[in-house]
Amino acid sequence: MLSALGQATLRVIAETGDFARFTARGFASAVGSRRLGRRLVRSVYEQGVRCLPVILIVGLFTGLVLGLQGYHTLRDFSAASMLGPLVANSLIRELAPVLAALMLVGQAGSALVAELGIQRNSEQIDALETMGIDPHGFLIAPRLLAALIVYPMMTAFFALIGLVGGWLSGSVLLPLPSSVYWSSVERSIDLADVGQSMTKALVFGALTVALCCHNGFNAHRRSGSTGARAVSASTTRAVVFSSVAVLAADYLITSLLV
Amino acid sequence: MSAPSPVPLLATRSLQKRFGERVVLADITLEVPRGRVLAVVGKSGTGKSVLLKCLAGVLRPDAGEVRFDGQPLSRDDADALAAFRRRCSYLFQGNALLDSLTAWENVALPLEQTTLLPKSEIRLRVADALRRLELENDARRYPSQLSGGMQKRLALARALVTRPELVLFDEPTAGLDPLRRNAVFTLIAHARREFGFTAVVVTHDLPEALAACDHLAFLDQGRIHFSGTPENFRSTSDPVVAAFRDSTESLARAVAALRAGAPLKAGSDLG
Repeated sequence: MLSALGQATLRVIAETGDFARFTARGFASAVGSRRLGRRLVRSVYEQGVRCLPVILIVGLFTGLVLGLQGYHTLRDFSAASMLGPLVANSLIRELAPVLAALMLVGQAGSALVAELGIQRNSEQIDALETMGIDPHGFLIAPRLLAALIVYPMMTAFFALIGLVGGWLSGSVLLPLPSSVYWSSVERSIDLADVGQSMTKALVFGALTVALCCHNGFNAHRRSGSTGARAVSASTTRAVVFSSVAVLAADYLITSLLV
Repeated sequence: MSAPSPVPLLATRSLQKRFGERVVLADITLEVPRGRVLAVVGKSGTGKSVLLKCLAGVLRPDAGEVRFDGQPLSRDDADALAAFRRRCSYLFQGNALLDSLTAWENVALPLEQTTLLPKSEIRLRVADALRRLELENDARRYPSQLSGGMQKRLALARALVTRPELVLFDEPTAGLDPLRRNAVFTLIAHARREFGFTAVVVTHDLPEALAACDHLAFLDQGRIHFSGTPENFRSTSDPVVAAFRDSTESLARAVAALRAGAPLKAGSDLG
């Protein structure tokens, strides 16, 4: 049992090292990658624009629920006027970066793993190598850079639409005056909180997209499965690992910045 | 006029490759002289594609060496590998076209990414490559919208558009009808005459290999069992080579015997 544990530990360390090297190479290969702009725009479209409806829907309902639950809880303490700060701080500090990242992983991240896995299986990545094109610069770098653009933007959209959702709950469906809601939101928003939110978004974006790229790029190395099954297993693994990584990183960053 | 270099453009020595316990290439030593076409033939599963990928630097051999233009080639030497890839093209058995790019973009890709050619020159070369392979009307289509044969021709266009010194063909006529097969081999011959590249062709098409190549290597059980000219291949009495070479005729005899009512024998071409 000790031997198995030791081997498993070594495997985890090796994989972590491989992942770190892969991510570093992905970012480094952006330098000198030709026509990166075009591929970057495509990646921003796939990771961001296509996911915007999901982000807005989830953000809206998150705000609606926060407003509903928050109003009824605060009303018991005669503090219903604090609904705005409750919704704003919850969204900006935690819910927007975390939930936006989880939604992006589920939609764009899984698609990314599948695409890279299929490209690996059909030798498209080998073809790039034989043409003298660095696959990291061509496939990975634009996706990593796009994540740094998309995740903060989606986080901001999530927070904004969530605030609207909170207003809909508290002031349209419930009797809190709109002016009270919005003025308290404005007073409670702190630049430090926004900075924390954007920092989380950047870290979540780099981490999750790197995990998804790594799993898709190396789908052929999965032991115990090949072909479509390997792609499927890689996709599941990437989404699960990315989701856990978001929550773990959220705790770490919060503990450092709070 | 300077004498051609005696150094073979591509050479291997004692190349070995295994996957787990399975030895695919046991000991491969061969040379590809500059300007020649080497056909690698053999039964399915003997490692022809694996050999080609080791030559292209896609797979890392477990032992032995590959030399390109006299220089050792290794995946650990990034500069040598990059220099090799600028002078070499590879045509994959499954075509390996990038499915997110159109036909035009696929052919233009190596020129845009690895050369300093101006856009106008790239446009001309890509248009010419597509026209030669009768794909000029399909330039805006994606690979998934093309037939298997058209995809093969597109992959061939991409392999030849950079005018490489060495081209590695992995089953270039697989999936094509006889007319198109002839057309592809004819195109390869024309392109060779025009651009003068050296070629290694892995193929099942024995008649076309014999017609198109200068030298033939027969791979069997991980080793080069026969290496020589097509004439020697046709005339050799080596039983292993003869069994492969004459398999079409022996298959026709076996089918005729079956139709006549003879029982199926174990170990026959159909058994």
